[in-house]
Amino acid sequence: MVTTMNDALLLSRIQFGFTVSFHIIFPAFTIGLAAWLAVLEACHLATGRAVFRRLFDFWQRIFGIAFGLGVVSGIVMAFQFGTNWSVLARVTGPIQGPLLAYEAFTAFALEASFFGIMVFGRPRVSPAVYLFSCIMVALGTTLSAYWIMVNNSWMQAPTGYHMVNGVFVPDNWPAIVFSKVLWVRFPHMLLAAYLTSTFCVAATGAWYMLRRIYLEDARVMLRMALGLAAVLVPAQLFFGHLNGDYIHDLQPAKFAAVEGRWHDEQPASEVIVAWPDAAHERNLYAWSIPVLGSIVGSSNLTSKEIGLTDFPPKDRPPVLIPFMTFRIMVGCGILMLALAWVGGFFAFRPAMELRRWLLWPIFLGFPLGFIATLTGWMTAEIGRQPWVVYGLLRTSDAVTPFLKPGDVAETLIVLAAIYALIFVSGSFYIFRQLRRGPVEIVHGDQRTNPNRPMSLSGDSPGTGGPRNSPAE
Amino acid sequence: MITYFVLILAIGLFLYVLLDGFDLGVGMLFGLTRNENLRQQMLGAISPVWDGNETWLVLAGTILYAAFSAIYSILLSAFYIPLMMMLGALILRGVAFEFRYKTERGRWIWDTGFVGGSVLATFMQGATVGALVNGLPVANLQFQGTSMDWLTPFSALCGIGLCLGYALLGAAWLILKTEHEIRDRAYILLPWLMMAVLMFLGAAFVYATAIHLQVMRQWFDRPALIVFPALGAIGCAGLLYGMQARKDGLPFLSAAVIFLAAFGTMAASFWPYMLPYSITIEQAASPPSTLNFMFWGIGLIVFPLILIYNAGVYIVFHGKVDKHTQYH
Repeated sequence: MVTTMNDALLLSRIQFGFTVSFHIIFPAFTIGLAAWLAVLEACHLATGRAVFRRLFDFWQRIFGIAFGLGVVSGIVMAFQFGTNWSVLARVTGPIQGPLLAYEAFTAFALEASFFGIMVFGRPRVSPAVYLFSCIMVALGTTLSAYWIMVNNSWMQAPTGYHMVNGVFVPDNWPAIVFSKVLWVRFPHMLLAAYLTSTFCVAATGAWYMLRRIYLEDARVMLRMALGLAAVLVPAQLFFGHLNGDYIHDLQPAKFAAVEGRWHDEQPASEVIVAWPDAAHERNLYAWSIPVLGSIVGSSNLTSKEIGLTDFPPKDRPPVLIPFMTFRIMVGCGILMLALAWVGGFFAFRPAMELRRWLLWPIFLGFPLGFIATLTGWMTAEIGRQPWVVYGLLRTSDAVTPFLKPGDVAETLIVLAAIYALIFVSGSFYIFRQLRRGPVEIVHGDQRTNPNRPMSLSGDSPGTGGPRNSPAE
Repeated sequence: MITYFVLILAIGLFLYVLLDGFDLGVGMLFGLTRNENLRQQMLGAISPVWDGNETWLVLAGTILYAAFSAIYSILLSAFYIPLMMMLGALILRGVAFEFRYKTERGRWIWDTGFVGGSVLATFMQGATVGALVNGLPVANLQFQGTSMDWLTPFSALCGIGLCLGYALLGAAWLILKTEHEIRDRAYILLPWLMMAVLMFLGAAFVYATAIHLQVMRQWFDRPALIVFPALGAIGCAGLLYGMQARKDGLPFLSAAVIFLAAFGTMAASFWPYMLPYSITIEQAASPPSTLNFMFWGIGLIVFPLILIYNAGVYIVFHGKVDKHTQYH
């Protein structure tokens, strides 16, 4: 019975981890793209340059596919709280339920309504209204992210509640929706999304330059993306540091796991690379810098930093995964900083298309944002184990108690097969768009429906190529 | 306040059943022809609205989660298998709308997913409602059964019944939105579908009364509730007249009235229980601080806004689908 329960728990965690990881790839991409589309539209209105309009139409098609995949994969999430984590749903429902409801309602009200105008409304509304709609779509995706981050931050640092019969009853909503933790985590996520998009845009520009096509479009993409990244990456590192501070103060076990610190130290050293060995509570092949751990943890030279052995084993998170994912995330951040600064410097000088030594790394850097976002979330979510509501509700107590491992395994396989199918197809359709580039093609008869997100990629065979907007 | 959220939940669920009902129905009827031209017209009749329709499922789901967490927790965990199957089916069906146009060689994959997904999702929804009517063993706000309890002859009957019902809605919608061959075929299907749905509804009601004697008492205590079956009768009359007189708008309106009648009859049979005869609405409701927080944003502003917006979309896309351009 105990093993059955543990198997169902483990499989449920894998299932949730899998679906949520799959899902986050798309919002991480589209939140930034939506904002960028609004900027492009504004630039086009302000300058009248055709390249902005061309880029807008091009990226809107890609936005459509990614947005659609994000929507369909997000629906599953809304149900999993009840199916696999029904105890969590019951005891935290009065707090998490409204937050998810606000997410669904505001996202639907803003994104769905203005998305329609953004996609097929250009001939029907004035340029100002059109720009307004683009901004509203961007605001909608941002608000979605906001509510999700409120929800997750509440689980990381619960506040504004009291307990009644084992149920979390909210008694201070302002504390929940404006929590201090949220205001370091929401910007961190938002910047992550923006950076993910900027590096995809920059990589696309670099790709065209390497292939010596669409040079004007490529130059605009490289300049806008790398210029923005040159500012945003340092900001992101700063917010990353603030995240570290809140984890240090509120989630010391997670902090110790990420740092790979097994025993108390004063002053503490900082483990740069190592292979944490949980069985013997030590690090193998460690390379550390003395005193740096105190500086990182408490911003001074002498502080005592807590080790994992201060916590009973049942309250410790797994060490290896958060330790590694954190380092991968930071590594991506440093690579992005280098690319953004060096690339940004040269992108604004002449003859960027000749600097192939630089274009190649920028092109190959397109997954950096995705990897950093995913590993960052893994650090946050695996690092907070064994808690689902930090310090209050264990993950093992939150799972649906009568769940059978076989049932979870079956649904996991089915979901994995479906997701694999749509992910591969969707990625292929996006790739086909990217390869084709911001090309202007005359009107074909439209087989696909312009009111549907995924139809934007509209290169239906025999229908005359991508949907094209009316000539300027 | 609790009643207000029951109302919002009821509106949300009914709109989901009605709206996604007709496009799931069209998805099933899509499988009856292999003619690409007809298939594209059928898709054209639902593609501007289907994703908005499906969003009502998420909206109703989150309202249930927020305002009635205990019920959400019990129902979703008890119906783990059918709900997961439904979600998988809805995803396959949703991406098929667009992906089928991205390929010719692989189109059969997406078309199979579209028809199969529509049938499977509908069957699971019907079976889930059937299992709910059957009653769930619950103690301490937790489901006490096993993961396959939902599947009984009655719930399977309900699954098939809902497939017929959605097909009825779908056929009526096609009559409203198309012309010529598709409309004519839909007119031929309509009476058969209506008869099948009525037989199913009658059988389901008799069965529910047989397993829950309380259903009878509900109706004797509140004879005014007869208004719902009466509404159903009016709907059937409208449907028959619409078929006879070939008034293209009438069948869908009448089918919607029949669904409203069935929905109301079921709600009336169980009120004030949220989970038939074990948990009442009062017991299931979230604390006032939760409901208040939702009322001032979602309840007062966003929900009405979405209703207006949704109506606007249907007004924009009113009228017959053009046979040649197929999409607006």
